[in-house]
Amino acid sequence: MRALVIRRLFYMVPTMFAISLVAFLVIQLPPGNYLTTYIAELSARGQSVDQTQIRALEERYGLDEPIFVQYLRWIGGIVLHGDFGQSFQYQRDVSDLIWDRVGISVALALATIVVSWGLAIPIGIYSAVRQHSVGDYVFTFIGFIGLATPNFMLALLFVWIAFAYFGESVGGIVSPEFADSAWNLGKILDVVSNLWAPVLIIGTAGTAVLIRVLRANLLDELRKPYVVTARAKGLPEWRVIVKYPVRMAMSPFISTIGWVLPTIVGGEVMVSIVLSLETTGPLLLQALRNQDMYLAGAFILVLGVLTLVGTLISDLLLAWWDPRIRHAQAEEV
Amino acid sequence: MGFNLPLKRRGTSGEPGETADGAPAESLGAASQWRLIWLRLRRHRLAMASAAVVCMLALIGVFCEFVAPTTPGDYSAAHTHAPPQRLHFVDTSGGDLDLGLHVYGYDSVRDEETLAREYTVDTSDKVELGFFVEGTPYRMWGVIPADTHLFGTQDPEERVYLLGADRNGRDMLSRIVYGTRVSLSIGLVGVALSFVLGVVLGGVSGYFGGRTDNFIQRLIEFTMSIPTIPLWMGLSAAVPREWGPLTTYFAITVILSLIGWTDLARVVRGRFLSLREEDFVLAARLDGCGRSRVIRRHMLPSFTSHIVASLTLSIPLMILAESALSFLGLGLQPPVVSWGVLMQEAQNIHSIAGAPWTLLPGVAVTVAVLALNFVGDGIRDSADPYQ
Repeated sequence: MRALVIRRLFYMVPTMFAISLVAFLVIQLPPGNYLTTYIAELSARGQSVDQTQIRALEERYGLDEPIFVQYLRWIGGIVLHGDFGQSFQYQRDVSDLIWDRVGISVALALATIVVSWGLAIPIGIYSAVRQHSVGDYVFTFIGFIGLATPNFMLALLFVWIAFAYFGESVGGIVSPEFADSAWNLGKILDVVSNLWAPVLIIGTAGTAVLIRVLRANLLDELRKPYVVTARAKGLPEWRVIVKYPVRMAMSPFISTIGWVLPTIVGGEVMVSIVLSLETTGPLLLQALRNQDMYLAGAFILVLGVLTLVGTLISDLLLAWWDPRIRHAQAEEV
Repeated sequence: MGFNLPLKRRGTSGEPGETADGAPAESLGAASQWRLIWLRLRRHRLAMASAAVVCMLALIGVFCEFVAPTTPGDYSAAHTHAPPQRLHFVDTSGGDLDLGLHVYGYDSVRDEETLAREYTVDTSDKVELGFFVEGTPYRMWGVIPADTHLFGTQDPEERVYLLGADRNGRDMLSRIVYGTRVSLSIGLVGVALSFVLGVVLGGVSGYFGGRTDNFIQRLIEFTMSIPTIPLWMGLSAAVPREWGPLTTYFAITVILSLIGWTDLARVVRGRFLSLREEDFVLAARLDGCGRSRVIRRHMLPSFTSHIVASLTLSIPLMILAESALSFLGLGLQPPVVSWGVLMQEAQNIHSIAGAPWTLLPGVAVTVAVLALNFVGDGIRDSADPYQ
């Protein structure tokens, strides 16, 4: 197991490098650089541009040096000092801005995974065991609709229904009265009570996929002879199903975190923008619109790396869950 | 939204040995592969019905100028956020029975406080509708001047809002119809681009194997593991605002296909790997066929159907991605009309609460994506007729 963990960690290095390259590319793509935008911004506000400050900034980001040196300085700052650069829009260090938001995003993604598993496992089992029943068709239908409807559309519908029929305006995870208070039980309960709607909306597409995966796998397993044997031995039906085929069908299921996570992160960004939650989404969009590129690049980098870490965790979980995979992978080393 | 359904292939319905739709066995034995696929697909009722929907959407997209009752830019300040009108067929107001499609006009008053228009139906103002009527002049496909519309008001001066109006009093129905062209075509063009990438990289990966395969596999895993929406947002934000509509359109399509090719590449690679070991490929090679002939004549025909299925399933992903980007204002820009661009109207609670019909383009997205998914699933299930 330890060899496996080490090998997987080792595999992650090139991927992380590639993600950092992509994030840097996004920073570099808009015409001009940080400095020209900054100067334009300052002169637009009618402020004078301080030459020494510009020199200092040029020095800091190596703007007059070749592109790979700029990249090295950027990524070096992040890895060594946790310095993601400056947000010119907020006039603050990017690292001051992102972590609160990233924290809520991670919490939201985790909650979404837990909820979609909690929904998908029982529904998937039900659909497979009662194949072609009314319930199966209903869930399949809802699943298809969930897959086909854009996340942001669901969020908009939710906003509309909440407003038109319940007279409530939605938005925000932390209620205003808790906005500035430190974390305590009241605030946590408040966050949880505001979290369910975004979690359900973000989770729809993922849950739909998970249900279909589990159903298909379980259907394959249910036809196998060992199920017949278990039944012939007189085990109660729920035990026949839960004890053997469900466990077998779960392996591909665990590995789905790896596929579902990018979707959840993307969905989280979209839904947060519509519901104006205090997560990465709205700030990323705003940064991109204002070409506040260090901020945007930091978000893309952090979201990408976190997704990778999530995928890694799902791979390790899978190896822990399914000895066949563990042994197959250990032999390759 | 960049999803790959990791589903297990199942036979159409799990009854092996059954002859497709009961045709006599001898004729099936001689039937071509495409015929077998077609016979199987035809039994898939949901897929066939969805295919009809897709064809209809495609027709609407191709002939949108003719189908729409008016042009998408045709505005009317007096009809800001006018609600959808109900279609009537029977009119007895004149004392005797009068048949014919018509709607009733609006009475509108401006709310003094909110300045929003409030509409009530005015049954004395009857707007007669008809098919193949003269209306707003347009240029078919931007070239042929014409002014006949599939349906519209008999009197070109009148206006009809079957699906309501947006904030500039433009007809939602016409805008959704025009959006069909852009949204569907961006799906098609995007898939065409990712088809090239996917088939070339997947084919190379599967055919050569070894180190090349390993590298391309890592590339695919990498592309699949990054969250697509933030990346798409970042890349499309870099598309300069001053680019014309057509250039932006292509830039967005390229960005979408850069990330959307992975699933196809995996399918192609998997097929190549399994076919490489088949006896008929070995036989062809022993017969002295060159590499390209083996691929083109012997291998390609046996997985074209899988590629078609994969392609059909990736069009909806493109459509979803485009609508998400355009909704955020990072994708296509007005005056280009796509479903995503139309959804920008529904961005805040005020417009949704006052005019819920601005959400209708999203319904169009759902219908198109759903139909394409069902068709793709159907093709995939019937793709291997020799199972």
